[in-house]
Amino acid sequence: MKHKRASRGILASFTLRGAVALICLIWTIPTIGLLISSFRELNHIMTSGWWTVFRTPLDFSQYTLENYRRVISAHGLGNAFLNSVTATVPSTLIPITVAAFAAYALAWMRFPGRDMLFTLIVWLIVIPLQMTLIPLLRIYVALKLSGTFPGIWLAHTGFGIPLAVYLLYSFISQIPRELIEAATVDGASHFQIFTQVVLRLSTPAIASFAVFQFLWVWNDLLVSLVFLGTSQDVATMTVVLTELVGTRGQDWHLLTSGAFVSMAVPLLVFFSLQRYFVRGILAGSVKG
Amino acid sequence: MHESEQRTLSRVLITLALSVLVFFALRWCFHFVQSKEIPRLLGALIAVVAGVAGVWALYWIANEWVSLIPSRRVREALLPFVFLGPALFLLVVYLVYPGLTTIYISFFDKRSENFVGLDNYAFIFTDPNVRIAFRNNAQWLIVVTSLCVTLGLLTAVLFDRIRLESLAKSFIFLPMAISAVGASVIWRFVYAWQPPGRPQIGVLNAIRVALGQEPVGWYIQPPSNNLALMAIMIWLQTGFCMVILSAALKNVPDELLEAARMDGANELQLFFLISVPYIRGVIITVATTVLIAVLKVFDIVYVMTRGNYDTEVIANRMYVEMYRFVNFGHGSALAVILFLAVAPAAFFNVRNMRRQRGEQ
Repeated sequence: MKHKRASRGILASFTLRGAVALICLIWTIPTIGLLISSFRELNHIMTSGWWTVFRTPLDFSQYTLENYRRVISAHGLGNAFLNSVTATVPSTLIPITVAAFAAYALAWMRFPGRDMLFTLIVWLIVIPLQMTLIPLLRIYVALKLSGTFPGIWLAHTGFGIPLAVYLLYSFISQIPRELIEAATVDGASHFQIFTQVVLRLSTPAIASFAVFQFLWVWNDLLVSLVFLGTSQDVATMTVVLTELVGTRGQDWHLLTSGAFVSMAVPLLVFFSLQRYFVRGILAGSVKG
Repeated sequence: MHESEQRTLSRVLITLALSVLVFFALRWCFHFVQSKEIPRLLGALIAVVAGVAGVWALYWIANEWVSLIPSRRVREALLPFVFLGPALFLLVVYLVYPGLTTIYISFFDKRSENFVGLDNYAFIFTDPNVRIAFRNNAQWLIVVTSLCVTLGLLTAVLFDRIRLESLAKSFIFLPMAISAVGASVIWRFVYAWQPPGRPQIGVLNAIRVALGQEPVGWYIQPPSNNLALMAIMIWLQTGFCMVILSAALKNVPDELLEAARMDGANELQLFFLISVPYIRGVIITVATTVLIAVLKVFDIVYVMTRGNYDTEVIANRMYVEMYRFVNFGHGSALAVILFLAVAPAAFFNVRNMRRQRGEQ
């Protein structure tokens, strides 16, 4: 009786592990196919499935870096990479700065209407981006801000502030009162308390939001299309990749390597900062 | 007295000089970066540093000016504006004003010149192409939301029982790092179609051919092509559901499960009669979050089909109205509809989020 049960347990755990492995495999196959193909020549990609490399996986003559060289130089992905960096880094750091100053004021300064203001800011999270595009586009055209990097930094800052204020406020307002008061007694101004005490203590909250915002901006297509556009000197990687799909939809050697270049930074963040990555994604999930 | 006055004067002058300096430095950077003669890398670097440092400099200067005011009461009254002002200004410019304007111009014609009443809304609800967008959004909503949550639950439960749980989770969570554009390229390749007789390079068509069937244009042929696009979203979002649901499942009290086990409940009954009801609130929150993302889906459709082959969705149609037809009336009416669809779910989520943290 006991023996029979044990063998059934082994079978069940074997099935379980098989099912788990199968799910993980299904989830990963699409990305693996892309990765392998990005190292194959176009005529190989078009005449045999990428899985055929597993017949002779160690035959390195079937792999090439040529696709990456071409997509980065001739097809402008290298330029687009710089554009993405230029668009993303300030679009991450500026909202953090602006929102942290605001969160500090909401948490530690006394002025009329403070709580109401906080509630209002939080509720702005529910406004979808699409609600703002047409009026903003007109303002941007009138002010000649469209197609400029400061233009997209400000746009991402505006869109990101409600969530950032909310996340940073819930952290900054929890800082022990004694710490703030001790600094005040020492003669520190609000500005000094903010830069020297509050910012340093808020690193975990800032890091979570930073990871979320960085990925959001880096991976965004709509805001880049509307505010930066497709011109070569400003187009981000998502935009250039989208253009490539439209114009060279069958050039799989370019599309696969191009897609992988655009994914490299987020994947790096994923593998190096996994804890903050998960926290950031969860924290940002309310963003409308 | 004389000396302190001198000190104040010199502080004013220094602050003034720095303000002017920052102003011209930022202006110079702006023009310098726009010019095309400088190397790209240098331009990018200057832009990033100037942008971020510039924002800090502006706060610092504003703070300096306020701290020069002799009256303590005035200083303390003004300082919140220095800290909060920029955030409020940006919120008004980027969310409040455009949001209200969109509602307003949705009652005006193409170029927002003549009042047309509800014409734009009438168009939206009668035009056959827009109706396809509504139908598709409804299908996305049902299929993607339910499958994401179901698969998230399934993986959370299964992975909980193996030793390499966090490794297995990474596989499902990984797509969360990938942009919808990147994911669309990945899946275009999975769906790749070659004429019958030629070797299939897409996994799915290769499997079909190996099973003796004809290759299919997965994301081209209606009506099932919509499912092909939805699969991409499910692939991207399931990891999110899994992580949250898994954390919730681990919080189900062991005593509760043990007691039910003693009463002779099997694992399936435990799951459906104890665990699922216990984490019901989390399931609903996860579902509304996915639902909001699904309602606003744009990138996947834009990259895969541009809304052709009956795959139109509201957000893509709005983009088309904005850029191809340059019809701001239709475009803003669509945005308003999208807002009205998203608002209840977003409202629910924000309220939940604040309740969890013990706010009103």
